[in-house]
Amino acid sequence: MADLRVDIRGLQLSNPVLTASGTFGYGLEFADFVPLERLGGIIVKGTTIARREGNPYPRMAEVPSGMLNAVGLQNKGVDYFVDHIYPQLAPIAANWIVNVSGSCVEDYAATAEKLAGLEHISAIEVNISCPNVKQGGMSFGTTTQGAGSVVRAVRKAYPKTMIVKLSPNVTDIAEIARAVEAEGADSVSLINTLLGMAVNVKTRRPVLSTVTGGLSGPCVKPVALRCVWQVAKAVQIPVIGLGGIMTATDAIEFLLAGATAVEVGTANFIDPSVTMKIIDGINTYLEENGFQSVQQIIGKLEV
Amino acid sequence: MPHKNENMAKKGLFDCTVVSNETLNHSYFMLRLQADGLPAMRPGQFVEVRIDHTPDAFLRRPISLHDVQAAEGIISLLIQRVGAGTQHLATLKPGDTVNVLLPLGNGFSLPENGDRRPRVLVGGGVGIAPLLYLGRTLAGQGVPVSFLLGFRSQREMLDLSAFEAVGSVYITTEDGSVGEKGFVTNHSLLQNGQPGFIQTCGPTPMMKAVAAYASAHGIPCEVSLENKMACGLGACLCCVTETQTGHKCVCSDGPVFNISELTWQI
Ligand SMILES: Cc1cc2nc3c(=O)[nH]c(=O)nc-3n(C[C@H](O)[C@H](O)[C@H](O)COP(=O)(O)OP(=O)(O)OC[C@H]3O[C@@H](n4cnc5c(N)ncnc54)[C@H](O)[C@@H]3O)c2cc1C
Ligand SMILES: Cc1cc2nc3c(=O)[nH]c(=O)nc-3n(C[C@H](O)[C@H](O)[C@H](O)COP(=O)(O)O)c2cc1C
Ligand code: FES
Repeated sequence: MADLRVDIRGLQLSNPVLTASGTFGYGLEFADFVPLERLGGIIVKGTTIARREGNPYPRMAEVPSGMLNAVGLQNKGVDYFVDHIYPQLAPIAANWIVNVSGSCVEDYAATAEKLAGLEHISAIEVNISCPNVKQGGMSFGTTTQGAGSVVRAVRKAYPKTMIVKLSPNVTDIAEIARAVEAEGADSVSLINTLLGMAVNVKTRRPVLSTVTGGLSGPCVKPVALRCVWQVAKAVQIPVIGLGGIMTATDAIEFLLAGATAVEVGTANFIDPSVTMKIIDGINTYLEENGFQSVQQIIGKLEV
Repeated sequence: MPHKNENMAKKGLFDCTVVSNETLNHSYFMLRLQADGLPAMRPGQFVEVRIDHTPDAFLRRPISLHDVQAAEGIISLLIQRVGAGTQHLATLKPGDTVNVLLPLGNGFSLPENGDRRPRVLVGGGVGIAPLLYLGRTLAGQGVPVSFLLGFRSQREMLDLSAFEAVGSVYITTEDGSVGEKGFVTNHSLLQNGQPGFIQTCGPTPMMKAVAAYASAHGIPCEVSLENKMACGLGACLCCVTETQTGHKCVCSDGPVFNISELTWQI
């Protein structure tokens, strides 16, 4: 067995495979398929300061080798999480990470502060792809100022590991990564979904109730790999890579491109036990290629 | 959040062997699958079938349990060819393997405390699929079952002998080519008498008409919804329907809902 341990600035993971927010519920939905303790970490559903009903149905469209979603951050709010969901997660020995979303800087900080006191939450992942309601609804993650302002506020409210999840819907993702690093992020994860759209020619209407939605699945992998490679070269903090990972080979591609860990998202829908296969497959690759540790392949892409 | 219901069987992934795959009419086929160690399954629950070897069908396809032969480990799926996914399933041959995630969803409610009031099970098109296993289970508990099944025309009709073995079968077709002409809600069975409980699955307009009938007559009624799904496990929140208490997942809180829970304008 190769040494699969990785470290995200103090957050120790037994292996580099985490589950992506919004694709793995609160983990418990997958308990029949995955021994949750075996995962490197579990990033739970996007959590906001207040309850959100999300967008109207239809919220999903299948596309070749992927899907569009417009769930719209449906969740019961951080207080409900703390009172009702956290007590179910705490007894399970896993790295629980909460994905934090907001529509203004203050909401991000307030949500992070409420999570900071929870002993069994190892880290938060700040989703900066949300629209900034106070500034015309443009996503925080698309400008260095917007991204920087969220990270600065959350940094003050949250002392433990803070991962910042980057949007790929930008001109220069490395620039955003440098901005959040400068504001004190411990790590960046990327990519969130790509903005996309689907049309039904029979009804001559959009498939999604919101017209546009987030594209995920294997169709985004080449874009995600490119983003990870660019960001890993631009920052010193550890990078977590995701986007279209379906197999151990996909995960290894991200590690080689510079990711210290990976997240698995949409693939959980096709095979709810896929994360275990990915962990085992990374180990097999390391053993077969004579590596003792996963550290030996991180960022070792020969260009 | 999944409420850990102790009565719910553990879900699993099964590599099933195709026992038979029979063409039933111009667009329906019956896929029978076998696997060892299948968990207990309730009528109205469904499975998600993985579609491999077709780039156009990425997600699993949700399909109702049409029938279950627990002792042999066989499940039957009644499927309508629609697009790439179901088209692919139609080409499977005996001996082929297909990966199935099951059992999913809540299922129809079954009588409690030996309640034997008669029930009418209303189906339309391929929505008749879950009603056979439901009817058989009800009949096994001594509940008299009537099936009221609507089809577009003779062309869409199926051999209904399996239904006839379980209860009385009443048919409507839109063009009157078989049974009574019109929609299920016009059928004399509903016009002349009132059932104690209605359970229905079919196209949404049909289920809404049935729900309107039931609510007008004060009859309890359950509907089985078909929303687009990704995970099937209550995790992705893609499949939601509007309810009196906010969005609920059709895959895990449903697919069966009492009409009093929904926000249908009926
Ligand atoms: C709980 C449940 C039970 C079902 N039971 C049956 C059954 O017993 N027999 C049967 O023939 N069909 C059933 N369906 C419908 C069946 O899932 C769809 O017909 C099938 O997914 C179509 O896939 P496709 O690739 O052939 O069609 P496409 O139209 O190419 O599919 C495109 C996408 O839309 C989704 N989709 C299309 N139609 C439906 C639909 N009606 N409901 C949900 N998703 C849809 C597909 O899953 C896919 O993601 C059920 C659906 C649900 C939700
Ligand atoms: C149904 C669905 C819901 C999602 N919800 C969230 C969310 O709440 N917060 C977030 O940061 N990302 C969310 N994402 C994005 C994923 O975490 C991930 O970044 C993206 O899907 C790309 O990875 P993948 O191709 O492996 O799925 C969601 C994705 C999907 C498909
Ligand atoms: S399909 Fe994922 S929650 Fe229902």
